[in-house]
Amino acid sequence: MRTPFTVRLFQSMPRTGWIALAVFAAITWIGIPVAHLVLPEGHALHVSAYTLTLLGKILCYMVVAVAMDLIWGYAGILSLGHGLFFALGGYAFGMYLMRQIGRDGSYGSDLPDFMVFLDWKELPWYWAGSDSFLWAAFLAMALPGVVAFIFGWFAFRSRIKGVYFSIITQALTYAAMLYFYRNETGFGGTNGFTNFKRILGYDITAPETRVMLFALSAALLIACLVLGRYLVTSRLGRILTAIRDAESRVMFIGYNPLHYKLFIWTLSAVLCGMAGALYVSQIGVINPSEMSPANSIEIAVWAAVGGRGTLIGAVLGAGIVNLAKSYFTVTVPEYWPFFLGFLFIAVTLYLPDGVVGLWRKLMTRKAGDSAEAAPQPARAAVEGKTGEISDTATKGASA
Amino acid sequence: MSQITAPERVAANKLAEAENRREHWEGEATTGHVVTGELDLSHNVILYLDDITVSFDGFRALNKLSLTIDAGELRCIIGPNGAGKTTMMDVITGKTRPDSGKAFFGQTIDLTRMTEPEVAHAGIGRKFQKPTVFERHTVFENLELAMKTDKRVRNTLFASLFDDQRDKISEVMKQIRLDKAADRVAGLLSHGQKQWLEIGMLLMQDPKLLLLDEPVAGMTDDETERTAELFVSLAGKHSLMVVEHDMTFVEALGGKVTVLCEGSVLAEGDLATVQADPRVIEVYLGR
Repeated sequence: MRTPFTVRLFQSMPRTGWIALAVFAAITWIGIPVAHLVLPEGHALHVSAYTLTLLGKILCYMVVAVAMDLIWGYAGILSLGHGLFFALGGYAFGMYLMRQIGRDGSYGSDLPDFMVFLDWKELPWYWAGSDSFLWAAFLAMALPGVVAFIFGWFAFRSRIKGVYFSIITQALTYAAMLYFYRNETGFGGTNGFTNFKRILGYDITAPETRVMLFALSAALLIACLVLGRYLVTSRLGRILTAIRDAESRVMFIGYNPLHYKLFIWTLSAVLCGMAGALYVSQIGVINPSEMSPANSIEIAVWAAVGGRGTLIGAVLGAGIVNLAKSYFTVTVPEYWPFFLGFLFIAVTLYLPDGVVGLWRKLMTRKAGDSAEAAPQPARAAVEGKTGEISDTATKGASA
Repeated sequence: MSQITAPERVAANKLAEAENRREHWEGEATTGHVVTGELDLSHNVILYLDDITVSFDGFRALNKLSLTIDAGELRCIIGPNGAGKTTMMDVITGKTRPDSGKAFFGQTIDLTRMTEPEVAHAGIGRKFQKPTVFERHTVFENLELAMKTDKRVRNTLFASLFDDQRDKISEVMKQIRLDKAADRVAGLLSHGQKQWLEIGMLLMQDPKLLLLDEPVAGMTDDETERTAELFVSLAGKHSLMVVEHDMTFVEALGGKVTVLCEGSVLAEGDLATVQADPRVIEVYLGR
């Protein structure tokens, strides 16, 4: 007997998970929009445009963190170049936003300002179709997907693993950054894209548009979590974790790890691209610095802080680190890099399973106090053990 | 001399034609165009190794090794360290390509041109020396992943268990005496239980030929005895090739024994004959 797909989708998450998602949806789709649009400025619960944009940005980062967790936490592939896919999605959608400026740019030309500045007479061929929203939305997913697929095909086929894979992804995003810095590339060089005016004809800075983009980011995050949860509880998810733990064994029982890695890797890149598109629309700027290696490393830090292989950990990690970051960069900007470094070391040494691991440990201790050890902690014990081993590996890599 | 009638001639022509076609087809198999397909056991032989040589940096791990295993046979392979037992298994499972020689599964399947997953799909299951089960998956999940089914990405994304598959898993769990531990994480099993789980994972693939590398290493006497019982019960339905150092275990299995030394076959026969062979004694006791 086969259970219908929808039922299995529903069953893949425990009830508390669905309740948490419902609460989250209520806050992001009703609570915050009302607080921004309806409540007057000066009201205690009013959400300012600044806060709304900051939260929207963090939602996009959370999607990236979930994408990172799928590939790192579950399939054991540490990418230090995920910022590239995020930025590619941003650039692909940014092209559309640039075209939406129309003749309202500083030069009053049909071409984007930076092209006028470079004395270009017409759009390069790869800008074709960039005035279409649908094409841009498609490109924001397809471009990172295709780049990831091609790169992944060669890397996984050559059985490049572990530290080597991480270093190559790092080099990849660095190379792309240098390429995008060049004016001749046709993506605005150092300044990238900015000064957007409209999206789908609506004023992009209008409160209603901002709220819409924010709600869409929240929807994307919810969709990612539901999809991710389904994936990791499906047989495919069990094969991914099996590849992470004992790849050669997986091969000998007849699975081709290449296809599985390629699938999750490409999917992860596509999710990053979607997040990038929403990010650009809300932040209003995309430039090559998004591809800097440091940004990609930060993505890995989010997942590590929250706890790998849990999905929810990635969300928490991205939230905690970015809230801390916006606090530090406003009050004591010079200390932020030290704090980030400290965080990474502290998590590796003392919290190998991140915030979620800490939470589980506390719950286990509590359960252990009240009753005999349940079978659940046993599984956590094994996970903790192997987690430490892989952490020593990453430590060795960073040393 | 009897005269050949017309219908007879037609029949003879047809036969010759069929022969031709068959030769042509087999010719293709050896050139690698047909690597998979149905296992052909028409000569009652499941594995042919013919004149296999493998060298690593000048060291000949296998030296013109020739060996055949009959369908349904339970064969033990013994030999001193470095005799080439593991390399032989690597060649059979597509992990190592031989420098020369032929390796056929049944009559038609050319193992030297297949990748590891292809060999597994063709029906050869391998158990490694060190038990490698998926430590963070439960016993049930380990068996589920090993199950013979469509193993492409799209299928695993939407797959759920059918009743008969569930039954098969419970049946194997009973065979390997882990039916009480279905939801136990494999990392928490004892060493012997892990070995059994790995054997169970092989059985889930419904292999025609099982390659078992030191399956009772680290097992208690009791576990060893039960493993021997299990293997003997499997022979007939499956063919087994067991590499083992434990002579009591080899004796309990009771099958034909092949002694490997320096990459080729030194002696073959039942255990008593082999043990009495002076060359074997020399190899084991030193010169």
